[in-house]
Amino acid sequence: MTGTFERIEDVEIRLLLEALYHRYHYDFRNYAMSSIRRRLRQAREDFGLATITAIQEKVLHDPDMLPQLLRYLTVQVSEMFRDPSYFRAIREKVVPHLRTYPSLKVWIAGCSTGEELYSFVILFREEGLEDRTIFYATDISPEALTQAEAGIYDVDRMRLFTENHRNAGGKTSLSDYYHSGYNQCILDKSLRRNVVFSDHSLVTDQVFGEMHFVSCRNVMIYFDRALQDRAIGLFRDALPRNGFLGLGAKETLRFSEHADSFREFVREEKIYQRTEKCPT
Amino acid sequence: MSDLTPSAVIIGASAGALDALTEILPALPADYPLPVFVVVHVPPDKRSVLADIFAARCALPVIEAEDKEPVQSGVIYFAPPNYHLLLEDTGSIALTTEEEVLFSRPSIDVAFESAAEAWGSNLIGVVLTGANHDGSRGLATILRGGGTALVQTPEGAYARAMPEAAIAACPQAKVLSLSGITDYLLSAPR
Ligand SMILES: C[S@@+](CC[C@H](N)C(=O)[O-])C[C@H]1O[C@@H](n2cnc3c(N)ncnc32)[C@H](O)[C@@H]1O
Repeated sequence: MTGTFERIEDVEIRLLLEALYHRYHYDFRNYAMSSIRRRLRQAREDFGLATITAIQEKVLHDPDMLPQLLRYLTVQVSEMFRDPSYFRAIREKVVPHLRTYPSLKVWIAGCSTGEELYSFVILFREEGLEDRTIFYATDISPEALTQAEAGIYDVDRMRLFTENHRNAGGKTSLSDYYHSGYNQCILDKSLRRNVVFSDHSLVTDQVFGEMHFVSCRNVMIYFDRALQDRAIGLFRDALPRNGFLGLGAKETLRFSEHADSFREFVREEKIYQRTEKCPT
Repeated sequence: MSDLTPSAVIIGASAGALDALTEILPALPADYPLPVFVVVHVPPDKRSVLADIFAARCALPVIEAEDKEPVQSGVIYFAPPNYHLLLEDTGSIALTTEEEVLFSRPSIDVAFESAAEAWGSNLIGVVLTGANHDGSRGLATILRGGGTALVQTPEGAYARAMPEAAIAACPQAKVLSLSGITDYLLSAPR
């Protein structure tokens, strides 16, 4: 192997990420390398460029190139009611606690194209909590946020969403919340009544308020462990005692330096509850 | 890679995986000194029963991998359904929800390729039974990195397409029966 020397390609990747940070303030420098490497190779191939350095040259001098590259650096894969058992657990185990608050704030961190957000809004409407809740939906991808705000999805995805919704214990029919155009389903805009969309990075931005529930699913898997701790630190600070944090099915606080600030609330669903406010 | 990084085994299987793995994994003794990654195509339900089934049958601890889990020797890690399994150079597991590759998530190719980057010549890749072509590209990458490639004899496989594709892509691979593969894995660390 190459001993203490880094592979040339890894050097190029580091330089590209550095360039992106200095030029555009997008900070991917501590993302999990294995996945970034894969996606930048794909970008290089698709752009027809010989090296990662060539991507850097282009994106530094041509801002129009940035959105294209962001499509590779962020992974926009989502589903409504993804992992239905997660939403069922929220409905059955978390909602009874949330009912005791006169007003609620829910943060969907890394909301991508909106599927997770709308799952929450529909669940809260079914449970009679929507009117007292403000939903914050944040992401770093401007394209994803625009799509999330539009709330338009391909018709052929609705079968899966409907099945997920039912398995999540849905009390209504998903079709109550959209009307179908040609190939697309347009979600009822009333679902956005209490939603605030915002550009926010878990890497470079700060906490913006106290939350009762933070759902951050399949976002931190793209971070290295140090960066995960930074993000989890934000959630720790945003959550008062007994506030809830929900993660993706295969994410865990086990390896985090903040593990002590949370307890497992629904273990199998990666729903955690904030313990004592940290003594600082 | 530094000398501290353990060597590793990575196995890919699809149709017929349960029976094939049953001949291999329970044969590994409790003091087996390598981490073993297993990537099996399973439907994208949230929970797979594979890790539970093998935990009951194996001397080694068997778990479904979680994100950023530090890799330990003598542990069998199953790739979770609906995620790709990647290995970080730093010796931990990284999961991603990127698009399916060859209609599969987890993809055997994706896992093999990242394992090849992490372990280079210290990696053994194994392609078992399956009815598709996943794994052949990844196995070729393992060979290019100086690692070892094992393939189940197609004639003995429940589904021969996957081993056949792997042999076509990797003529240098050792083609062995399941017991041959088991013997190889048992003697490899010495
Ligand atoms: C795989 S999607 C997850 C979508 C949704 N949460 C779900 O589980 O279905 C990952 C999202 O994380 C976003 N993301 C990546 N880095 C981020 C950061 N530093 N801060 C906030 N969001 C980020 C991406 O833009 C992408 O929308």
